[in-house]
Formats: sequence, structure tokens, C-alpha cells
Amino acid sequence: MNEILTVTDLKKYFEVGQSGLFNKNSTMVKAIDGISFSVLEGETLGLVGESGSGKSTVAYTTVGMYAPTSGSIKFKGTDLFDKDGKRSLASKKNIQIVYQDPSSSLNPRQTIKDILEMPLRLHQPEKNTLEQTIRLLDLVGMPPEYMYKNPHMLSGGEKQIIAVARALATDPSLVILDEPTSALDVSVQAKMINLLLDLQKKLNLSYLFITHDLSLMRNVATRVAIMYLGKICEIADTSDFFQKPLHPYTQMLLSSIPVISDAEEAMKPKKVISKGEIPSPVNIPNGCSFNTRCPFVEDICLKVDPVMVNQGNNGHMVRCHLFSKNIQ
Amino acid sequence: MPESPNILDIKNLEVNFKVYGGQLKVVDDINFFVRFGEKVGLVGETGCGKTTTMKAILHVLPMPPAVIPKGEIYFKGKNILKMNTNELQRVRGKGISMIFQDPTAALNPVFSIEEQLGAVIRYSINSNKDSKEEIHQRSVVALQEVALADPERLLKSFPTQLSGGMRQRVCIGMALATGPELLIADEPGTSLDVTIQDQVLRLLRKLVEEKNTSVIFITHSLGIVREMTDRVYVMYAGDIVEVATTKKMFANPRHPYTKGLISTVPRLTGGGVASGIAGRIPNYLHPPTGCRFHPRCSSVMDICKQQKPVAYNLDEDHQVACFLYQKEA
Repeated sequence: MNEILTVTDLKKYFEVGQSGLFNKNSTMVKAIDGISFSVLEGETLGLVGESGSGKSTVAYTTVGMYAPTSGSIKFKGTDLFDKDGKRSLASKKNIQIVYQDPSSSLNPRQTIKDILEMPLRLHQPEKNTLEQTIRLLDLVGMPPEYMYKNPHMLSGGEKQIIAVARALATDPSLVILDEPTSALDVSVQAKMINLLLDLQKKLNLSYLFITHDLSLMRNVATRVAIMYLGKICEIADTSDFFQKPLHPYTQMLLSSIPVISDAEEAMKPKKVISKGEIPSPVNIPNGCSFNTRCPFVEDICLKVDPVMVNQGNNGHMVRCHLFSKNIQ
Repeated sequence: MPESPNILDIKNLEVNFKVYGGQLKVVDDINFFVRFGEKVGLVGETGCGKTTTMKAILHVLPMPPAVIPKGEIYFKGKNILKMNTNELQRVRGKGISMIFQDPTAALNPVFSIEEQLGAVIRYSINSNKDSKEEIHQRSVVALQEVALADPERLLKSFPTQLSGGMRQRVCIGMALATGPELLIADEPGTSLDVTIQDQVLRLLRKLVEEKNTSVIFITHSLGIVREMTDRVYVMYAGDIVEVATTKKMFANPRHPYTKGLISTVPRLTGGGVASGIAGRIPNYLHPPTGCRFHPRCSSVMDICKQQKPVAYNLDEDHQVACFLYQKEA
């Protein structure tokens, strides 16, 4: 399968604390600190992490809201950003995003028609917008009369469906889903996920699915990547990932999930007692960034940052000294 | 009601909200009890009346618009709804306390932890004499109990200086500082990351088991319910639709809504995502006649549209409000 999105050594730092004429001391928040991954055509890559791990920054950088500090993002082989860090309108068409909270991502003063027409008018001015709006609503299974409603007349799930319709208005090939169901109840989430999977099949979409819900990723993702403090610490095929989680952080995450059946309990790795909290990205620990919470920490972890190593043949990558040693 | 085995007993409670255009019937004739030392879960989706019920227990619903036309809430045999302000304050101080979902909103950003925690303790010991030192000591102990390091420094800090997990620990410490007999935990882990949630819930469980506190967990996460509770109530649109021991509920859910809810949770074992429950939660101004779940129910019968089902006894610990089980009971 072709790579649709290729991210290589991407870094995004934010400056905090104004640096001005008199104040030269500003600090850098390393929101993303050198990550590489790719999204293949038609697949769902699940990007999982706790709050503060930088997963939303990945979403915003990929969609072009932030220019990266360094590294490259390529869409089908061409760079997303030109030399000035700007993006052309045509390149924006291909990558769209669905935000976490539909109540704040839809303008309350616009009707659904206005909301859906905006991207249509920008990207496909030659087509009849009314026809297109009806087609979009039909695509996501909404009756056309919803056009004249305002967002506040819809339930949370319906609002999120409109947000998906808006993302699809430009016929994108990659949709970034930034926690699209975390504001919804489970029964609504189930409907939403099924809609997304149907659309993926119908339109051959690729998804970059950002979430903190590993159980959901087990059922939705083709591959899963775990992020911790701006770095990817493990990436693998979904079945491989859940059967053989390697990184201590992954094991801690998996063993912390509250599950609802004994079968799932049996699938969890041996309990890795969760301790400590994710450090501030302003002050990332030396060596491996997980060393403050890791139960298997050794001397080397405090000094040297591990590199990604391959484990097995199907692209199971892990960034941990426990595994880099085995190779040597 | 002397010698009741239950610390809390809610009987036929109804809560309505007066709004423009009528009354919202939010809590519809529910029965609910908690035994001494028991951990009870109350599960349901957004807007099903979980929090309203708990606010009724603490008698903190804004009235108006809320009205309680019917029902009794007994706490250790005394009806909360009939108490005067003094008695109520005693119940809220030492009898019942609550942990809220969002620790950021539960703590006041302009007061230090010491002031906020101290206020709770001062209120509960209810003494007029100058007991600054005692209050300080008890604040330190309260923070130590929730495994927070360096309590002296923490007492001087403000909520914004703490992380989400620490704030929730402070809230738990605050709720338990007065030694309550019943703790209401309203989604105590929802706003936290899964590893932090795991820490906080483990801590909470340890504390309540040590002190033999009765707990009500309000949540929409079935996983948390399974790990934390002995018995579960499932609520839908203001009705308790099913109650069973946690084991029975997960092994053998009977009400169509419970079945639907459990099937929609994504599993770690895989197998895809179920299709969800058709339709949406009803309008409380004009709730459906008969069983409130009937417009969304896949096994709906004629009787469901006309009559409201009562709770049928399946066995000692398992009741379900559904006409499908009328014969069985």
C-alpha cells in the first residue's frame, strides 16, 4: 500500500515566557520532539497518549495549523509546507480534521447549511453548493431538512456527524480525527464509529485517529502508535500491539484500563503499577523521558535517550533500552 | 425506621423541574438503597438523572426550579427532605460528603488549599474555640492519607499550581477529612488520564475499605463500575431500569437497555464495535408513555406503550423493570 502521509523527524517547539528586549530568558516547550511515522492509504493509524503527550499538536501540525520547527510532513510524496512555511489552498483540500468537541467547533450562529457550504465554496466554487450540501448530508445519513437547523438544535452525536460532513466537503483523502468520540456517550460513540468505518470503506479514506482510548483502538485501528512526552515510544500492527505490548509505558497503560469482562482482564499484561505523573514538557527528564515512572529503570535510562528499534518482522518498533540491549 | 440495614434509603422519589412550558420529569419514581459499608454504582448516560438524584440526597437542588412532589430519602432512618437547616448541616458535614467530577471546578482558584481544606474541617468539628493548630494538623493528615508528598508545602499552594491528579486527590482528602459515613463520588476519574485514574481509584478504594465507608459511584464508565462496586443500578431517562450485584449485571444483563449499553463498550479483546442503541434520550417535558425506553427498545410490546413496568424480582439481588420478565418473576 502507498504511504499517503509521511512524517519524518518532526519537531514542534513552542516558546513560553515572552522574550523581549529586556527579557532574554524564554523556555521551549518541546511539544513534539522528533517523531516519524507514516499513514498508509486506506488505513487507520491510532495515535494514543495521555494529555500533554503532544498528540493534538501532531494533529494540528499535520493539518497545517502550525508550521513545524523542523522535520518534514509529506503528503503523497510532496512537502506540505513551502519554503516560507505556507501551504497552498490545494494542499489543504486533501487533509481535513474533525475536532474533539463539536459544540465549540461549529459556529452557533450559522445554520448547518452555512457550515457545510463554507468549504464547498472555497474549494469547489464551480459546483452547485446546494446540491453538494444535500449530498453531504445524505452521505452521513442525515435528512436534508437538517440544513436549516442551528447546531444547538442537534444532540452531541448529531453535531459531531455534521463536523464529519464538513470535513468530507472537500473530498479529502486523509482525515485527522482528534478524539472525535470522547465527548460522547458510549452508545452514541458506537454509532459514530460505525459511520466513520462505513465512510472509510466507501470513500477510501485514511484516518489518523487521535485518542486516549486503547480499547476503542483495538477495534478500529489498523496500527497503533503510543506517544509519551512528544515522542513515539511504540508502534505496531493492532493485533501484534495488543498481544505483545513491549514498552513499559504501554504495559502500564494497558494494565490501567478498566474493562468489563474476564476475557479482557486475561488479555491485559501483568499489572504494571502506575506511579507518578507525566512530567511537564518544559522540563523533560534527561535520558529516556519515561524514566521517572518506569518500574524497570536502569542507569543507562537516566543518561541516554533510547532509539527506535525493530522487534519482529511486521514493523513492531519500540523505543526502550530493554530491547535495544537484546539486539547488541 | 429503626435498625435498618441500609444507610441510605430512597423511596419513590420524584424530582421535577419547572420550566417555561411545563415540568421536566427528570427523576421518575425511583427506589434506591445503600447498605452500610457497601459500594454501589449508579450508571447511565448523560442526562439520565444520576446527578439530580445525588443532589436530591444532599438536598442541594435549587428550589425552584426543582420540586420534589413525592418521595422520601432516609439517611440512617431520618428523612432528609423533612430535616431543618441545622440537622441538614450536620448530615452534610459528617454524614454525607461528595467528590465531584471536575476537580478544577470543585476547588476555588483564589483560596489556598489550606484555607479550603481548613474550612471543611472547621465546619465539621463545629467548635468556636480557637483551634487553628488542630485544624492545621488535621489538614496535614488529610493530605497524607491521600498519598500526597510534602503536605506542608501543598497547603500553602493554590489549585492552579497542582496537576489534575493532585487536585482530585485533594478533593478526595477533603471529602474524607470529616470522616463521612456515606461518600458520593460523581465520576471521580473521568477527567483524568487512564494511568492517573487508576492511581486515584485504587487510592479511593483503599481509603473507603479501611474506614468502612459506604460509597455511591456515579459514572458512565462500565469498566470503573465493574472494578469498584458491589452492586449496580442502571438508570435510563429518570428510571432505574435494572439493579443487580455487579457480577450478575455483567454476566447476565437482562434489561434491553443494559444489554445494549454493555454491548456498545469497545472491548480489549477486539471483535469490532456494536451498532449502538437506536434513537436518542427522550424529551423530559413529554416523556414517552409507559416504559420510557419503549421507543428505542428492539423487543417492544404493546403493553410497554401503555403501562409503566414495575421492578420484577428475578432473584434476591436482581430486579429488572421490564415487561419481558413479568412471567418469569
